Amino acid sequence: MTAVEAVRPTSAPATPPRFLKRPKATDGVVGWLTTIDHKKIGILYGVTSFIFFLVGGFEALLIRLQLAQPNGNILTAQVYNQVFTMHGTTMVFLVIMPMSAAFFNYLIPLQIGAGDVAFPRLNAFSYWLYLLGGAFLYSSFLLGGAPNGGWFGYAPNTSITYSPGHNIDFWIFGLLILGIGSTASAANLIVTIINMRAPGMRLLRMPIFTWMALVANFLLLFAMPVITVALFLIMFDRQWGTHFFDPLAGGDPVLWQQLFWLFGHPEVYILVLPAMGIVSEVIPVFSRKPLFGYPVMVFSGVAIGFMGWGVWVHHMFAVGLGPVATSAFSVSTMLIAVPTGVKIFNWLGTMWGGSIRFKTSMHFAMGFVVMFTIGGLSGVTHALVPADRQQTDSYYVVAHFHYVLFGGSILGIFSGIYYWYPKVFGKMLDEKLGKWHFWVTLIGFNVAFGPMHILGLQGMPRRIYTYSASMGWNFWNFVSTIGAFTIAAGTLIFIYNVRKTDRHGAPAPDDPWDARTIEWITPNPTPEYNFIETPQISHQDEFWHLKYAEDDDGRLVKIGESPDFIQRRARPDEHIHMPSPSYWPLVAAFGLPVIGYGQVYRLWGISIVGLIILLSGIYAWGLEPSTEPPDPEYPEEAGGDHAQHELAEPETQLELTPAAETTDG
Amino acid sequence: MAELTAHGAHPPSAAHATATGISNAKMGMWAFLGSECLLFGALISTYILYRHKAVSGPTPHQLYDIPFTSVSSFVLLMSSLTMVLAVSAIQRGDERRLRVWLATTALLGSVFIAGQIYEFTSFIRRGMTIKTNVTSGAFYVMTGFHGVHVTIGIVMLLSLVNLSVRGKLPQSKAEVVEIAGLYWHFVDIVWIIIFTVVYLIH
Repeated sequence: MTAVEAVRPTSAPATPPRFLKRPKATDGVVGWLTTIDHKKIGILYGVTSFIFFLVGGFEALLIRLQLAQPNGNILTAQVYNQVFTMHGTTMVFLVIMPMSAAFFNYLIPLQIGAGDVAFPRLNAFSYWLYLLGGAFLYSSFLLGGAPNGGWFGYAPNTSITYSPGHNIDFWIFGLLILGIGSTASAANLIVTIINMRAPGMRLLRMPIFTWMALVANFLLLFAMPVITVALFLIMFDRQWGTHFFDPLAGGDPVLWQQLFWLFGHPEVYILVLPAMGIVSEVIPVFSRKPLFGYPVMVFSGVAIGFMGWGVWVHHMFAVGLGPVATSAFSVSTMLIAVPTGVKIFNWLGTMWGGSIRFKTSMHFAMGFVVMFTIGGLSGVTHALVPADRQQTDSYYVVAHFHYVLFGGSILGIFSGIYYWYPKVFGKMLDEKLGKWHFWVTLIGFNVAFGPMHILGLQGMPRRIYTYSASMGWNFWNFVSTIGAFTIAAGTLIFIYNVRKTDRHGAPAPDDPWDARTIEWITPNPTPEYNFIETPQISHQDEFWHLKYAEDDDGRLVKIGESPDFIQRRARPDEHIHMPSPSYWPLVAAFGLPVIGYGQVYRLWGISIVGLIILLSGIYAWGLEPSTEPPDPEYPEEAGGDHAQHELAEPETQLELTPAAETTDG
Repeated sequence: MAELTAHGAHPPSAAHATATGISNAKMGMWAFLGSECLLFGALISTYILYRHKAVSGPTPHQLYDIPFTSVSSFVLLMSSLTMVLAVSAIQRGDERRLRVWLATTALLGSVFIAGQIYEFTSFIRRGMTIKTNVTSGAFYVMTGFHGVHVTIGIVMLLSLVNLSVRGKLPQSKAEVVEIAGLYWHFVDIVWIIIFTVVYLIH
């Protein structure tokens, strides 16, 4: 291509002025800070959220220590409020959502046969907003006290009258920052899934994890603006003197609950649908059977996505919204159990008659199915309004949502970690330690949260920092605390397993589980360019159909060995031109917490500095090309178009609408 | 141009082949606008909830100057027309008219924003601030959010004019203008809803 060569010299002066030289390194600290590779961003999400998981877990242990005995005095009431608020906020916004995002980022492009996500730099921007937003929230501990209004921050308790400190302000701006990142990420991943599928990857051939990710990201896209508005209203109440949640001035505190739970209930499915997707990948692989009723699984996931918008009032039955609203939402809450139940039966149907291999990943998947069923059943009991009136704000509710979020989401995520670890890191986690991890966690989990059902029905309210010995809650609280520390022991086993694998683990084979989906036709760990050749898809479970067929009697016949299908480079020394890393997503993201600090302390100068950082970051990002011209060091690049046409979709067209990308709220 | 070199390795038409045929950037904008619907939906619902809940006056309904706001709404509506003309100009490769219509759109948007600033200051002078009552708070937050969106749109339009002046917005990038237009029309439609529901229906 001599034409290309000819253009380059004349084009050089037109390059926009640079404040920072375009980074080239893809390793080391700069490499991680400037990466736009969906796989590295996925790893960043995973590692960061695991650290927050440990922090949130530490907060949980503090809570359990305080409640282990009556009249506990480990924490004061004030600190206790901060700890349980940050435990909930951390586990929802800084652990389960970003851990799911880790799987989304790493796996979606690989499962649909793409080179990267649709907007790689926007993807990096979302990650940095997550990290900086989390750091912003936690900095409140050092700056006078963490948020203390509960993870759902009910008005009017969060008003300036009842919460005069900066605690709630940190919560408001922290969640706003995280919300912008989540919305951008959701739009990015939705476009990726719909638009970047490999040829032949029709919607009903997509891996089920990608399907559940699509539903979860649509929920995110539509749920985040609702909480954004709620947070802005409370912010205006606190800082501008409006009266949105002030009953004396005609404001309605129930509006906060409506807006919060209109976000909050879809949020529940945002937290659990990705784990459902993971388990739906793991169970077929280890049962050596296709997913039972794949289309039904897809449609029940979509049905959950729609119905998830029509059940939020069951969080508010105790408010007294009248018999009509209450009955309608009672019925819809019972109905949403149907698609969830369909999924549970399909997982059982997949295992039924399969030749099950009891690997650690499968243990966690089966643990998910059983524990999630328990959590689902206790959830349906909330649909019965008279029963719910008894359960509201009691430990029964705490038990219920830990069964869905820990027994569901976290067990599902661990299943995914054991399953895809070789894909990501090229080594196999130790199976024996993995099974220890599973059993200790499962037993600890049930010991910790099972008794909370009993405590709740005995009348123990949520969020109390201590209780008197005469209440009769001593025994089960003590048991629960033992369970919490057992979970911590299980987590330590996992950390030890990762460390051991990292140091001494044997390299993983390329297809260690005899998998079904096409992410496994790339070598382990995945090379930075993903696929050398875009896969052509002709089946659901494409990889499986490359390896197996059925004979006339319906028996499985092996028709190919997996190594034959793994995409390897013919010339390993060949240089492949990748989209260039960039500083600007990080710079732009850095502006938002600066704006946040300025707003928390009402220092407009700082906020304006933050705004300037944000806007300059976005403009520099918009003006730089997504891919730098080929490096003269590799002259062959400009001439050959090998592999380049398969690589990530450049962002060139968005570059001219920089403001639009980041203006949500 | 730097971009040309970067993409020189593959033909421009093949570079954006997507599974649906819609470019990523355009679909991304649609997704973003979907999210924005919920944002304005929640803001408008809040206003509707609070429109008769003020315990002390004055309320927006006592102060609205419907003829004035009708004119500024008309100006904003006309900016959608000039936006369409801008898209049509770049699709025909007429860069001069592109700049004219983009600048006109930005100007009409600015007139609308000026009208909003005038409206806010006149309301404040007549004793209705954001603190006065729940209705005034809901009114200022909702229309303020909309005003910020229009302002971002104006910045976007002026950036496009600037790029075009520097010769960086050729006919081949017509879709960029089209995508900016999607945003602009969306903000316009939101205003039609606000004007109808908030100003006209009492």
